[in-house]
Amino acid sequence: MSIEIPGIESRARENSFTPSKDSQSMKPDSRRSNRLFQRDLIRTAALKALVMFRPDYLWKNPVMFVVEIGTILAILYTIGKGIDPDLSHANFLYLILLDIWLIATIWFANFAEAFAEARGKAQAESLRHSRKGIVAKRKKREGEWETVSSLDLRAGDIVIVRAGEWIPGDGDIIAGTASIDESAITGESAPVLREAGSDRCSVTGGTRVLSDEITVQITARPGESFLDKMIQLVEGAVRQRTPNEIALSLVLSAFTLVFLLVTVTIYPMASYIEKYMADFTGTAELHSLGTDVPTLIALLVCLIPTTIGALLAAIGIAGMNRALQANIIAKSGKAVEVAGDIDTLLLDKTGTITMGNRRATRFIPMNDISASEVGRQAALASTGDTTPEGKSILELHCKNNQIAIFAFEAPRDSIFIPFTAQTRMSGIDLPNGEKIRKGAGDAIFDWVQQLGGKIPSGINEQIDAIASNGATPLLVSNGASILGIIVLEDILKPGIRDRFDRLRKMGLRTVMVTGDNPLTARSIAQQAGVDDVIAQATPEAKLAYIRKEQAAGKLVAMMGDGTNDAPALAQADVGVAMNSGTQAAKEAGNMIDLDSDPTKLIEVIEIGKQLLMTRGALTTFSIANDVAKYFAIVPALFAGTLPWLKALDFMNLYSPYSAILAAVIFNALIIPLLIPIALKGVVYRPVGADTLLFRHLCLWGFGGLICPFIGIKLIDLALVFCRIV
Amino acid sequence: MWYLPLLTILMAIGLSIPLGWWLWYRLDCSIARNKLERWLCGGENSGYSILGQSWKKYCTSLVLFNIVVFFIGYMILSNQEHLPLNPDAKKKLAPGTVFNTACSFLTNTNLQHYAGEVHLSYFSQIFFVLWKQMISPAIGLAALLAMIRSLRGDSHCGNFYLDIWRTLTEVMIPLSLLVALLLMPQGVPMTLAGALEVTPLAPDKEGDKQIIARGPVAAIVAIKQLGTNGGGFFGTNSSHPFENPTFFTNLIESICIILLPMACVFLFGRMLKETRQARMIFIVKLLFMALLIIWAVITDSQTPNPIFSASKPMADTPESPFIQSLPVENEIGNLEGKELRFGRSAGPTWSALTTCTSNGSVNCMHDSLNPLSGLTPLCGMWLNCIFGGVGVGLINFLIYLLIAVFFAGLMVGRTPEYLGKKLEVREVRLAAIALLVHPFLILLPCALFVTLNWGSESTNNPGAHGFSEILYEFSSASANNGSGFEGLQDTWGFAEESANPSKPAPHSLAWDIATGIVMLLARFIPIIAPIALAAYLAQKKRVPFTSGTLRTDSFTFALLLVGTILLVGALLFLPVAALGPIAEHLGPLPFGS
Repeated sequence: MSIEIPGIESRARENSFTPSKDSQSMKPDSRRSNRLFQRDLIRTAALKALVMFRPDYLWKNPVMFVVEIGTILAILYTIGKGIDPDLSHANFLYLILLDIWLIATIWFANFAEAFAEARGKAQAESLRHSRKGIVAKRKKREGEWETVSSLDLRAGDIVIVRAGEWIPGDGDIIAGTASIDESAITGESAPVLREAGSDRCSVTGGTRVLSDEITVQITARPGESFLDKMIQLVEGAVRQRTPNEIALSLVLSAFTLVFLLVTVTIYPMASYIEKYMADFTGTAELHSLGTDVPTLIALLVCLIPTTIGALLAAIGIAGMNRALQANIIAKSGKAVEVAGDIDTLLLDKTGTITMGNRRATRFIPMNDISASEVGRQAALASTGDTTPEGKSILELHCKNNQIAIFAFEAPRDSIFIPFTAQTRMSGIDLPNGEKIRKGAGDAIFDWVQQLGGKIPSGINEQIDAIASNGATPLLVSNGASILGIIVLEDILKPGIRDRFDRLRKMGLRTVMVTGDNPLTARSIAQQAGVDDVIAQATPEAKLAYIRKEQAAGKLVAMMGDGTNDAPALAQADVGVAMNSGTQAAKEAGNMIDLDSDPTKLIEVIEIGKQLLMTRGALTTFSIANDVAKYFAIVPALFAGTLPWLKALDFMNLYSPYSAILAAVIFNALIIPLLIPIALKGVVYRPVGADTLLFRHLCLWGFGGLICPFIGIKLIDLALVFCRIV
Repeated sequence: MWYLPLLTILMAIGLSIPLGWWLWYRLDCSIARNKLERWLCGGENSGYSILGQSWKKYCTSLVLFNIVVFFIGYMILSNQEHLPLNPDAKKKLAPGTVFNTACSFLTNTNLQHYAGEVHLSYFSQIFFVLWKQMISPAIGLAALLAMIRSLRGDSHCGNFYLDIWRTLTEVMIPLSLLVALLLMPQGVPMTLAGALEVTPLAPDKEGDKQIIARGPVAAIVAIKQLGTNGGGFFGTNSSHPFENPTFFTNLIESICIILLPMACVFLFGRMLKETRQARMIFIVKLLFMALLIIWAVITDSQTPNPIFSASKPMADTPESPFIQSLPVENEIGNLEGKELRFGRSAGPTWSALTTCTSNGSVNCMHDSLNPLSGLTPLCGMWLNCIFGGVGVGLINFLIYLLIAVFFAGLMVGRTPEYLGKKLEVREVRLAAIALLVHPFLILLPCALFVTLNWGSESTNNPGAHGFSEILYEFSSASANNGSGFEGLQDTWGFAEESANPSKPAPHSLAWDIATGIVMLLARFIPIIAPIALAAYLAQKKRVPFTSGTLRTDSFTFALLLVGTILLVGALLFLPVAALGPIAEHLGPLPFGS
């Protein structure tokens, strides 16, 4: 029962059940993972990290693979030194410590990935576990049902679910309507309505029917539902690397190769110097660490970008996790990453930009009637109206006259006239014969003219003026006379303008999609501060708009729920389908929002950007670290032959051994220290690219330059303090 | 002391702006201006408008052209004794020398494992040296034109033959004529007459004769300086009084070193209509060059030669008391190996200019620079993009820039993009290849030569300085620079051993072949990979510019770019720098052998 007003989207959403919430607010889901490190996860990851030493596993990570080969070589040398002390002129304790820290480096790297994976799985499992072992009533043949486990269900099976039962799998309702508790998935306690044949016909496995009975056609085989796909995405084995990640690994491999070259060529050069200095000083034999293979391996491990190499996989997985935490199921890692590149954002007006329900804000009287009389009559006409619009009229009147809402009642024996599609108005027939009606302009005009009334002059202009301000005019009539106008306004969500300003700073163009007429649409757009409008939007218009933007080289994100949104969702670079939407829409999009919250797009974009930024920041950090490590290791390498190179050692480290150990230990320890950042992502502020670059450059570039100087010195002091060197 | 470098740079900037405009105006023209140009385009034009070649065709033309040039050059050099214009009857050259020289001049390197006035006939000087010095920078510039056209989003790279033709006739020949005409009145000879035999003013003994070499010097010096070539007519290059007689010629020649490489940046800005971008690139390059010049001048012209400074510990050798008693004024810097007619800072300034650009001519002996000043030419060659060679210097720089764009893009949370084109796996792979070639070609052969006695038995000095000599040679070859640290015995010369004035070096063949291969690889891989990279970018859709787009002409980006060049380009040479110049500077002074 609602008033048909031009422009109001007739689709009711869950949002009308519960007040729209700002997506920034805490959801039960995000609360459950507030603690970054959980003991059981750490234990799982620590064990998994040991398994991941397998070379066939590490092979996928070229940087860490090189570290592993180096470590094996260093261990062999240490063993060799035990057998033949001449093999290495370094001391034995030093070699053993070196081996231990090299192994630790790999273990830390493995742990980072395993831990990210474990967290992701834990999160996905908590969504999935409720589904296990659900008993399903499957249709055998007409009128006959059998009881099977949900795991045996196949796509196309038809099941029946009654009140109080769990839905065994993803599917579409083919008969019936039910209210469903989706809190297991969305964390939202308010039940939602699902109905066959509508845009809200899809159900998700693991949710519970609260009332009524529905017949569901299963659309996904077990293990292939969206949740299952998401779980696979966070698992290293099936995780496909995204294009940006591949490009970055390529750069990292190039760095690895070039530093491999640097270290390999040091050996002959150092022995050349040894030979020469031995000649020069007249000593028989002169040795420096520059010709000690384990030390050169230590140098290699320090120089190649192990920090980012170790955390790269974890960052990718954590990005997916963050999406999952925001209750978004991404079908691929690429989709999350592409979100960071989005240029244009298509946002539905209702629910995203505005609160989604229109509220009465003013009464405008006609002729000589007072505004409060118009209000009273309008309120009378709305006493039987349960739509939000109707209630808001009542509220406004009561507020204006300071009376309690419950105190305002229609006279006994009044007859409520409900809204119908034919009359397009609703109202009340009072016992005294007065017929009060409210409705859209032309409907009331027709009604009044039928009764022989007259249309006040100038009313059309007033209606147009109101409409052009983005508000909706409703007329109130009593009998054959038009009393006045109720102004219904769709209220902008608080803070939405700031949000769009932020998006603009990030370089995003926002486009408002609405069914309103262009005049209304433009007015709301102006108030909200969006850049463009698609008014009287049809699915075709959306699709055309997306294609136009893409032809100009832009990447477009949109959100949709209906089957007719599917082409546009598929066309968009990031298409987020609402969980409440149809199966077709979910198939077409590359992400699904479990909350069906239209403001999610903004979050998706932030997650995508944060993912890339974290990678960029840690790469910069990793490479900037090399400077300090160089200055620690190079003088140490040649201390035996060219002792005066000590002048390069700005940190004034204790001994060559302690310098190299300190560099290796720093290099290993920085990995676990950065795991929280890899998992949570770097702090993101929506500012322009230049400001962002400057911030990150100062923090990670400059910080990466300074931090290891301090770290290595401290570790060196600690080594001396513990009398290890 | 600072006037000379300041004057050189300011005048070079002033002249390179109009020259950049001229390059753009004459070279970036998609209309064949006359019948000859239409013929050069072959089938690749419709009417007067040039259709251009795809990147594969362009590179194929480039490689084919180079192969032809290589063989013609090889034939000329190896048959110089049969060819005309040989008044001093120069003999047959050794095959190793011919191979090395043919590679060296093909690749714009001009590494000279010979001495011009001793080993080459006038025919070889004119039809090999001069001709290749004209052509090789034109090839570099053509490569840059192809890359810029792709970056601009053109569907083709232009026509290689037309680019070469235009560069030669519109830029190289007129400019070098002008410079030669400026040099000749100052006393640079230009003649085809043979060497002079004169009686010295103060002969040691009766009947002593001195032979004074001369020849078509002005023509060669002009293009040698302009085209980042550096292969002088004389073995001692621009420190020879016939190549560089006065302060004035020194100024002209210094300016000529950086003129075209600077103009290339302005050409880039004009062709892409990205003035701000070009300005940012120019400033970053200028910053690096200024730092290198300042470093060289401070450590050399303002620091005495360590041999004479008492603070320096010195190894006890028979010569040491003798050397330290020499009456040398310590306060006016290191004067060893300098030509004092140019002023004190001329040598270090030139050494920075000539290695920042891949010129490689010298007006002082780099071997005699103070150890730390020796870092300036080495750094210039390691980076190889601070203005760099004609055309190729900017190409190298753009690769660093793309790597910086890659890091920056990630740091602002977007897929990296340059000039609206996204950098993806394919582009990154090509950039990595172009970048990796250079360090590989320096460090690997260097390690090989110090391991084998090829290195240790060829150096004039032992220890750190000897190591620097080897390192310098390969840095110079890989950077296509061509300057020599000298002090390295790498010359064979005439095929007939006894015909040489000095005995051929024992390992010169190894040096000839190794540096020849290094030069070829270091020239062509970093040209072809970037052209391909740019062509891949050209195929992509241009992403519109928004405030979320990373600006590549901002101060912040310039900062990141400087960091990238330092970390990626220079840092990996720190160990070798420590073993060479730094160890020499810090350690005690051994000399002699």
